[in-house]
Parts: sequence; C-alpha cells; structure tokens
Amino acid sequence: MNFDFSDDQKMLKDQARKFLDDTCTLDHVRKILEGDASHDDAVWKGLCDLGFAGAAIPEEFGGLGLGPLELCVLAEELGRCVAPVPFSSSIYLAAEALKNFGNQTQKETWLPQLATGACIGTLSASEGTQPPSPATVKTTFADGKLNGTKIPVADAMIAGLAIVLANTGGKGERALSLVAVDLSAEGINRREVETIDPTRGHGEIVFENAPATLVGKEGDGWDNYRRIEAGAAVLVAFEQVGGAEAAMNMAKEYALERYAFGRQIGSYQAIKHKIADMYVKLELARSNAYYGAMAFAEDAGDLELAAAAARISATEAYRFAAQESIQVHGGIGFTWEANTQFHYRRSKLLALSLGSASRWKDRLVSELEKSNVA
Amino acid sequence: MDFNDTPEEAKFRVEVRAWLEANAKPKDPNKARAGRSNKAEADRLASARVWQAKKAEAGYAAITWPTEFGGLGGSSIQSVIYSQEESNFEVPGGFFDIGLGMCIPTMMAWATKEQNERFVKPALYGEEIWCQLFSEPSAGSDVAGLRTKAERDGDDWVINGQKVWTSGAHYCDYGIIVTRSDPTAPKHKGLTFFFLDMKSPGIEVRPIKQISGESNFNEVFFTDVRVPDSQRLGDVGEGWKVALTTLMNERLAIGQGSGVDYTELLKLARQTELETGPAIKDANVREHLADWYVETQGLKYTKFRTLTALSKGETPGPESSIGKIVSGPKMQDLASFAMDLQGQGGILQGDEDAEMNAAFQNQWMWGAGYRIAGGTDEILRNIVSEQVLGLPQDIRVDKKVPFNELPGSGRK
Repeated sequence: MNFDFSDDQKMLKDQARKFLDDTCTLDHVRKILEGDASHDDAVWKGLCDLGFAGAAIPEEFGGLGLGPLELCVLAEELGRCVAPVPFSSSIYLAAEALKNFGNQTQKETWLPQLATGACIGTLSASEGTQPPSPATVKTTFADGKLNGTKIPVADAMIAGLAIVLANTGGKGERALSLVAVDLSAEGINRREVETIDPTRGHGEIVFENAPATLVGKEGDGWDNYRRIEAGAAVLVAFEQVGGAEAAMNMAKEYALERYAFGRQIGSYQAIKHKIADMYVKLELARSNAYYGAMAFAEDAGDLELAAAAARISATEAYRFAAQESIQVHGGIGFTWEANTQFHYRRSKLLALSLGSASRWKDRLVSELEKSNVA
Repeated sequence: MDFNDTPEEAKFRVEVRAWLEANAKPKDPNKARAGRSNKAEADRLASARVWQAKKAEAGYAAITWPTEFGGLGGSSIQSVIYSQEESNFEVPGGFFDIGLGMCIPTMMAWATKEQNERFVKPALYGEEIWCQLFSEPSAGSDVAGLRTKAERDGDDWVINGQKVWTSGAHYCDYGIIVTRSDPTAPKHKGLTFFFLDMKSPGIEVRPIKQISGESNFNEVFFTDVRVPDSQRLGDVGEGWKVALTTLMNERLAIGQGSGVDYTELLKLARQTELETGPAIKDANVREHLADWYVETQGLKYTKFRTLTALSKGETPGPESSIGKIVSGPKMQDLASFAMDLQGQGGILQGDEDAEMNAAFQNQWMWGAGYRIAGGTDEILRNIVSEQVLGLPQDIRVDKKVPFNELPGSGRK
C-alpha cells in the first residue's frame, strides 16, 4: 500500500510552500482585494520562474514534463494561501485542454508561452446566470469566426488565449465544440466584472467575428469540456483542501486566544465540536482528493467518478470550514479587517467555478449507474 | 501512488491466503450480507472456538504480539493483510475481539509473568473468553465516575456494585474491572483495577434487551464478590492509569460500521417507483446517494492512508480517529432514508415482507446504538478537538473534589 505522494512530490510541495509563505501572505492577497490589480503579478512571475506553471507541460513544449500528481501538490499550496494568481485558468484548464485535444500547431504556439507565463490562458463556458450546457450555449463558431458573449470569464482581462465552448450547430450534445482564440486579435471586447471574490479577476468577453480555430473535433466540445473539467476538478479539490485546512486553522487559533465567560471559547463544545467537524470533513476530502489524483494520473477510466467524489467532498469541506470560521470568530469575523473573508469568498468561487455540487452529484450517480455496482 | 503490496507484504499475503484456502471455506458472494443470524449463540461459540484454536496454532490469532506470548512478532500491516484476506472467507468470529484486543493487552502490560503464563495462551486459543467491566449505569462517557466499590478485607478485596453494557458476560470466563477503592479521593485518584473469575460467587449476569429486541450485552451485578489482592493490576488508587491502557486499545478493537451502504441504496432506488417516476431519477435521491458514496469512499481512502503509514513503518496520523464519527450517523441516516423511499411499506421488518430481509430496518435500529457504543459521537468530537487539534479540555469541576462530595456521583 503506497497511497501517498512520493518524496520528490513532497519536496516540490515544500518548495512551493516556502515560496508562497514568503511572497503570498494574506497581506499580499488583501492588496489585490483592495486594489485595482486583477492578480499578484510578482507571485505569478515567481511561480512561473520556478517552473511550476510548466510543471505538467511536456518538455518538448517548454515544460518540466511532470504529471498531474505534481500539479496536485502545487494546487494544495496555492489553495492554502488563497493565491491571487491565474494558475487554474491558465494551467488546469487552458493548458490541459490544449495538451489533450489541441493539434500540433496549437500546442507549439501556445504551450511554451503558458509554461513560462509569457501568455496567460483561460477557458470560458459560462454565458450568464445559468449553467452552460449544449442547450444553453449561444456563442457560435462558424467559418473560422467566433460570435457571442461569455460571462464570467476567469482572468479575462489578463489572458492572451481563451479556449471557448461554442455552438457549431450539431444536434444535442454534439452542438458544441471547443475553439482557441488569440485574445490580442481583432473582434474582441472585454470588461472587468464585479464578483464575490475580487482576488481572482473575472470579466466579460464579447466576440464579434473573432478569428478562432477548433480544438479537438467539431461536435466533441461537450465531451472534451467535461473531460477537462474532471481533471480540473481534482486539482481544484486540492486547492479546496488547502483552503479548508487554512480556514480551519484560523478558526482554531482564534478559539484558543479568544476568551468569553472566563474561558477560552475553544473549551466550549459548541465551538470545539464545530472545529472537529471541520477536521472530519477535511480528512474525508483529502482522502477523496488523493484518490482523484491517482485516477487522474493513471487515466484508467474512473477519472469522472473519482473527480466527482473529490470535488463534492472538497467543496463541502471548504464551504463548511470557511463559513463556520466566521461564526467561530463572531463579530470580528464579519469585518473587512478580518482575514476570514478570503476563505469565505474563495470557497464559494471554487464551489461554482466548475459547476455546483448538485451538478457533480448528478454526474457521480450517473457513473455509479454505469458501473453497475448494485 | 498505488495500492500495491511491497514485495514482503505480497509474500505474506500469499502465505496467508494459502493457509486460509487450506483451512476455511470462501464466502459465497451471492449470500445476503445484512440481516440477523438465526444460528444459536452456543453453536456459533463452539465453532468460533475451533477456528480460533486453528488460527492460534498457525500464529495468525495475534500477529503483532511478541512470540513469547504466542504471537507472530509481526507488524501491524501484516495483521491488516491477514484481516483483509480472512474477510473473504466464511469464518466464525466476534467472541474473542474484546478479550484479545483489550483485556489481554492490559494483562500483558500489568500482570505478573506467572499470571500471563497462565492466562494469555488459553485466551489466544479461544479456550477462555474475557470481558471488560468498565461502564456503569451512572458512568458512561465519564467512566471514571464509576461507583462499584472495592473494600480491602485481609488478603482479599470485596466488590459490590453494578456494571453495564458488558458484551458476552454470560459466556465469559474472566473479566477486567475498575472499581472505586477510595471514595474520599478525587474521581481519578480513588480507583483500583483487578481481573477476576466471572464464575466467582456473588456475580449475577442479566441480559439487556436492546431497542432492536436483541440482547448482545449484559448488566453484571456484584454482591460481596471476593477477589484476591494478587489479582490487582497496578497500585491501589492507580486504577485509572491501568484503565487507560485498556481504553487506548479500544479504538483499535472496535471495528468500523458494516452493513447496508450506498450500493444497497442504489439497488433500492433502481427498483423503487415513486409518484414522480423511478427513484433513481429523483434529484433528492441522487444527492443523498452521492453524499453517502463520498463519505464511504472518503473513509475507505482514509484507511488506505493509514495503511500506507503502517506499511512504511510509521505511526498512523490522527486521521484514523474520524471513522466512527462519520460511519455512525451515516449508518442510521442512510437506513432511515431508504425506509422513507418505501413509503408506508418502510415500516415492515419481517424478513419475508420487508425489502432486502429488513436490512435497512435492522440497521436503523442498530445505528442508534452504534453512535453511542465505544465512545459517543460527542466524546469522539472531544477527542478529535482535544487530542488532534489541541483545543482545551472542558473545564473539569470534579477534578480536585473528593468523589463522595460530587453532586450526582458519590454523594449520598
């Protein structure tokens, strides 16, 4: 039984942690919350310089040629410090989409830039306030031109490349295709949008006859998108695990230092049991995330099920820890000055960024039905 | 990252499997896994003794014990490998877990060499069965608040009082017991620990009838029961220290909840038609199924993380403490939800009428007790928050007060 990361992977994790502990404290995150910048460029550049952005990009395209497990340990550290960087958009989504479904030209054009951070990528599916699906995506791609409006798009204002889920006119689930768009080309208008988590910039992108190229086959977009989502769900689960642990520790430390009615509030069972529950959910989430990592790395056919379990578990762990951490803090936890808000915001952002827990529960049960376990 | 054995583990697994194949019958996968056993206890006990002796002879009854006590001197991971393999075979069990998991390890830590030479081997071979006499009607979670009295009389001690929730007391030969020897000392200081012969005059065992209608536990009454001082474990007044040895082993001895899980609920949902259509297509059913799947898998992989630590020769992390906190409520809630799906028919509990031999109904009954036995949900959360997370203990108003001056406890 060797259900753990390797020593090399743990070393990578320590390296990331040390770097982020120095450069990406909550004071740094607060600067992004309160300022105009869409991300912390120094942290992002540092992560790229250390080779982390290109960790899972093949060496022939300028990366380190490592795999999903290395991304998982990095993700946990990024989540722990609520990193205000476009790592997930550019790496878990855009780079993974090109790696899996891009043609040689697309890979050669974009992957080396994504690996070094010279270009930031993003993936956009949402078109407003309903979940994207073959029935609802209105953005069209025809004759090499993309038309439509995507909102919200993560890192829209800083991205140079967008992988876009667009309607190419097929029937049912075959309606959608993925396309790559160079965002410096003509026919692109973008504006920043206000979200619940300003530490991760989002925007709206309007495409008007913007030149684009197919990523993968026409009509395969929905399947391919779901495959990319599944991998990203595992990586985001590690971010959520890191975030949940940090939020739990914040609650724990406050419960130790705050006194009420003559004793530490952490000595009251109403508080300590709440924190114990954070721990229980966190450990379940970590275990499910580990299995998700293994399924992602081995690609043996159960990624969808493993990713759904990892995502559901981690979403719940982070939701509970972030939300109840504010409750443990009491009034101070609701103030702008308190750091509890970073996890409250990020936990909900991550919970929705790849679709809600309900949607993933439905996906999970669909897999169980297929696997015929009963 | 993989689930594979190391070469040494694989070798041990092959040995164990070969031995099991030669000595036991593989489980029939088509046989229902839940439901009540109708076989009489005496018959089950007789066959369990035979199997236990066979296991002990081969060294598999106590893999981690030192060889001088009849163990194999093996590792924890070997013990796990044996259990994994044994679970694929139809073997009787359940009678020796408390004795070998809690009582005998306490003896090994505190009894004399001669006593251990006398008692360890018969227990290991299933010839003598042991029980644990800790809980009392007014001392459950707060077991150190126990009142059963031990008074010195010459070379003996005289024990009076009542113990409760004693598994198997009616067929046990020996027991370990914590008593209050000094009611004027504070709660933890006035306790003394013994082992005793369960056939001693003055011991009366009465079964407890549970809400399920079954009787798996007993009350044990002590009236002027004489125990020689030579059967005292630890010093007079130091019984709590000895009890902690036992309780440390409790977490290892109490297994994880088994029974109906998401697979059975999935099966039920597939065959059940609700007013709105097939239950399996119902969004609420799907949400619940997914949640319980995720909990079950989370526990399974948490166990794998623990095994990984054992496999590397490390001490497992505190994550293993979450098992019962999660599985207890899940067991109860899942059963309750499955009953809801069956409408009024969900109340049926007869094997013939009820769905899946009343597995859900039986588990719903059992679940209520499982959340209490061996550490309540609440005590387990205290343990996690205090021992894992380092949060403060509850304020103990009884810590320095003489036991007989405590309200509700020793005060007369």
